[in-house]
Amino acid sequence: MIDVVVYVILLLLAVVTLYPFWNSLVISFNAGNDTAAGGVTIWPRAFTLENYKYVFKDARLINAFWITVARTVTGTFLSILFTSMFAYAMSKRGLIGKKFYMILCVITMYFSGGLIPSYLLIKDLHLMNTFWVLIIPGIISVWNMIIFRTFFLGLPDGLEESARIDGCNHIDTFFRIVLPVSGPVIATLSLFTAVGHWNAWFDASIYISNQKLLPLQVILNQTIQSILSFESSTVISATKQEFLQNAQSVTHKSIVMATTMVATIPIVMVYPFVQKYFVKGVLVGSLKE
Amino acid sequence: MVIPAIIMIIIFSYIPMWGVLTAFQDYSPAKGFFGSEWVGFKHFRMFFNAPEFWQIMRNTIVISMLKLFIAFPAPIVFALMLNEVKNAFFKRFVQTVSYLPHFISWVIVSGFVISLLSVDNGSVNMLLQKLNIIDEPVHWLSIPEYFWSILITSGIWKEIGFGAIVYLAAITGIDPHMYEAASIDGAGRMRQLVSITIPSIAPVIIIFLILQVGQILNAGFEEILLLTNQGQNVVLRPVSETIDTYVYRVGIENYRFSYATAAGLFKGVISVGLLVIANWIARRLGNSSLW
Repeated sequence: MIDVVVYVILLLLAVVTLYPFWNSLVISFNAGNDTAAGGVTIWPRAFTLENYKYVFKDARLINAFWITVARTVTGTFLSILFTSMFAYAMSKRGLIGKKFYMILCVITMYFSGGLIPSYLLIKDLHLMNTFWVLIIPGIISVWNMIIFRTFFLGLPDGLEESARIDGCNHIDTFFRIVLPVSGPVIATLSLFTAVGHWNAWFDASIYISNQKLLPLQVILNQTIQSILSFESSTVISATKQEFLQNAQSVTHKSIVMATTMVATIPIVMVYPFVQKYFVKGVLVGSLKE
Repeated sequence: MVIPAIIMIIIFSYIPMWGVLTAFQDYSPAKGFFGSEWVGFKHFRMFFNAPEFWQIMRNTIVISMLKLFIAFPAPIVFALMLNEVKNAFFKRFVQTVSYLPHFISWVIVSGFVISLLSVDNGSVNMLLQKLNIIDEPVHWLSIPEYFWSILITSGIWKEIGFGAIVYLAAITGIDPHMYEAASIDGAGRMRQLVSITIPSIAPVIIIFLILQVGQILNAGFEEILLLTNQGQNVVLRPVSETIDTYVYRVGIENYRFSYATAAGLFKGVISVGLLVIANWIARRLGNSSLW
């Protein structure tokens, strides 16, 4: 009896989780004017590729897509490189002032200056409206440093000793010996960092006004928000009637759904492959001393 | 290898901490931090006396409490239910599906919410009409009474699966002998759940609870901003404006830097206080604490 209830609830939960993705996918493949008539749920009624054609022709969206890709690749690479180097040094017994650095790091996990002081800092540093504002402030992640450090501490001592005997300095040892054996932890943290960059929108929305530098999420958000203003407008019926009559096969909503899919599918495709890693990563992260 | 990282941390974390002092100034971007005039607690007084102050406080606290009492236990319940599933394939399927929303941005989630709740062809309205629960499509996102439920539900939808990972791991770590011993003693499944599983994962729950309490005034900045049209939705403002969205609106959008910093600092001080209290209580109750 309990079993039946549990299975039903979990199955329902799975359906509820998947439905929004599926529904959006369906709408993205349905003609916009047909969608506006209502009733499109689990299967496209008027199948079309027009929405995607529109998205892939829109110069603004394509530019935003490449900005997002550039941000994700550069940001992830630099962040993982610098954070892991930092963590490696922090895992060494002989490091002078290690405890002090650690305290400095941990404090930042609980206290922060908040939105406005950070904003003023970015302004004073003249990082506003640059691509690097998306990368530099987050380059060192204390959380990731701790996970990396925990992993490095678990490596056998002999591994590095032999390198030391062969005449490697710290930097050589790190790049030639330590990094190559750190595959799983690098994969996990890269995934999280990359997803973070891919999904980020708020920093870009406040620090960047140059249209050519805006990432996909911000453009997508602007489009979604304009639907929202339309939905919540108090003059409903008249405008809406007019809107429905003028509706094209490509509408605001159908475009949003197609863009959403373009922003979502890369993540959905990668994540099953790294799933087994990230479960471990989360656990290491939660076992911080 | 340490120095560059420490320099970055000092610049991007510690300088802003020092920058909160602008709350005690009449900061003007032209004069900068060093040139601006010091005005003491003027901006704090203005914030406490602002007509919207109590409304903002109420919203921040209510939304935080809903998150603490509803959204926080949800992954625990989910993990416990998943643990009861014996069919390995079904269990993996549900788990894999449940992680998915965590990896999607709030921008997209808000898009889903808006689409599902829309009046023209939102699936929620269609379903409720089919079931004869409502006659007319409802404008869910422009009715203040529904906003908190929508906010909390979408938050749970996004994070329930991912949040359950640690609890599932903790459950897996429980010694199976304890269950065997219990069933020999005649304990049923419910009894085992209450007497073995829950106490065994309690330390993990407490650690996460403390962390959550420290976050308590972060009522969900991103999602609120996204579901209220960047705070522009005036109808929802009486229920949606929290300290964070207020700081964003008066600070970034209206350039009242000092005033917004004061409001932000006020929030920071309370959060730290709550964290310390929560940690103290946890240490008194048992032996798990953050420090």
